[in-house]
Amino acid sequence: MEHVAYLARLGLSEEELTRLEGQLNHILDQYRVLAELDTERIPPTAQTIELENILREDVPMPSLPSDEVLSNAPERAGDVFVVPAIIGGAGE
Amino acid sequence: MADSAVPLLTRLHAHEMAAALRRGDFTAGELLDAHLALASRQDERLGAWLFLDGERARAKAREADERLARARTTGPDALAALPALLGIPVALKDLVLTRGQTATAGSRILEGFVSPYDAHIAERLEEAGAVVPGKTNMDEFAMGSSTEHSAWGPTSNPWDLDRVPGGSSGGSAAAVAAYHVPVSIGTDTGGSIRQPAALCGIVGMKPTYGRVSRYGIVAFASSLDQIGPFGRDVRDAALLLQAVAGRDDRDATSAPVPVPDYAAALPASDDEAAASLRGARLGLPRQYFVTGMEPGVEARVRAAVRALESAGAQIVDVDLPHTDYGLATYYIIAPAEASANLARYDGIRYGYSSRAGNVLENYLATRGSGFGAEVKRRIMLGTYALSAGYYDAYYLKAQKVRTLIKKDFDEAFAKVDALVAPTSPTVAFPFAARLTDPVAMYLSDACTLPVNMAGLPGVSIPCGLSEGLPVGLQFIGRAWDESRLFQLARAYEAITADADWRRLEPADLTALDDAEARTPAERLATARA
Repeated sequence: MEHVAYLARLGLSEEELTRLEGQLNHILDQYRVLAELDTERIPPTAQTIELENILREDVPMPSLPSDEVLSNAPERAGDVFVVPAIIGGAGE
Repeated sequence: MADSAVPLLTRLHAHEMAAALRRGDFTAGELLDAHLALASRQDERLGAWLFLDGERARAKAREADERLARARTTGPDALAALPALLGIPVALKDLVLTRGQTATAGSRILEGFVSPYDAHIAERLEEAGAVVPGKTNMDEFAMGSSTEHSAWGPTSNPWDLDRVPGGSSGGSAAAVAAYHVPVSIGTDTGGSIRQPAALCGIVGMKPTYGRVSRYGIVAFASSLDQIGPFGRDVRDAALLLQAVAGRDDRDATSAPVPVPDYAAALPASDDEAAASLRGARLGLPRQYFVTGMEPGVEARVRAAVRALESAGAQIVDVDLPHTDYGLATYYIIAPAEASANLARYDGIRYGYSSRAGNVLENYLATRGSGFGAEVKRRIMLGTYALSAGYYDAYYLKAQKVRTLIKKDFDEAFAKVDALVAPTSPTVAFPFAARLTDPVAMYLSDACTLPVNMAGLPGVSIPCGLSEGLPVGLQFIGRAWDESRLFQLARAYEAITADADWRRLEPADLTALDDAEARTPAERLATARA
């Protein structure tokens, strides 16, 4: 559970992890029915409409002004997002 | 019976409002004010809206009135050429981006987020002159079947304020059922339009995957999500879908398939609509009468099927043998896609951020406290299903079963024009009844989610009451065949036009005007205790 939570980048409390473990096991039990089906020769379906390789012309298009893009940032410095330290310790 | 708490104007259908606006019976401003007055007076007790923006809506209504006035001086042809939704109030689910307004998708992690651009459908509605009074409540990131998973509190069902409106588009459905708007927009990933339409006694359509561009819509499960309309009759739902359907280059999954004139294909008279049933071949999938279906619901649906047969439709029993595997398949695919889509909420670029420690600690704290319980559950499920060592057993297996589910439909449609089935196995359930058991909640969508997995269109329309609560009848069609579904639904409206239940109003409309009545949050808290 801790590993999956880490993969999902979810900080969960001990209590949440315990509760989720029970619920997820119950849900995973429901998945067992799928094992009844022989799907050896069945191709997978990822999407349902027969559209392939939708490309647009490779021409520049206007983007949103950076000021608008940054307007929702929790923290910005001029024209850039402030990203917390990637390497090293716990901030302050 | 009819309750005077609802002003006459708001009781009209959108197509009647459109005709009245053209005649000059009232203005778009008056029409908007009537809706805003009702919504602002009652919403404390309904909980359908996350916000109302009267100022912006009034500006739009004024523009609509100017367009109407210009057309009126030009002549009848100019009036006739105006867009169908000009001046009509349309509510949007709070996952549709509208420039300069908030869009939270029911989540704390998007608290305060202001959209820097318009969704494609917002642009289309703007061109059509529709007036958006505000945005509606929903389960967080559209994950849920009751709207109880909204971070901003629950929505009540206008038929019984102690019950859920369904979900995830519960606010959009309740707003239409309570006459706060004539039509609204929802999204449907596993039933999130059709199930609340059924539980609130209105019409709701999930179009074919690819019919409507999702540019500017907060994503849940990208191979399943589709946008669609709610209305109090079939014609209104058709008019709203018309206004938003069609190819848009900014959503590569929106299909370059021509959009027919849905409303024009609907017969004007009840007689003509009923006559269209003669010779129609409708499949009745026996697997859709699932375990756990309420007897009252089954009785209403079977009575509806008999009525269709009496009117000349040919009812054919069909098998969709992999239906029982739908729930498990869906609850692998949808969470897997969601876990990938929701990775974007990183607390750096927009939305809530805990600003805790280094970047990893910030991710963990932001996502751990920004997402609600159901969203975390699904992210965990999806991450697990996609993780090394489990991918083949879960995700790939589910995609293969998805092929089988789609093939079931292909084989059925070789024999019939459309399928007729229940929408939801139950009527609206009481608050908190399914909150502690996720699997019980998931069963609400057993009859709707296979349709998403096959990418097909489906429509739910009211077919009577069970225990005083609405029951939905679902028509499922071939890909791109929304027009036929609208015609079938319209035909069913026509053959039941004289039914007693058609004249019944949501039972708790009066209570919505009782200032002493409890709020949805209080009702949920009592039910939980």
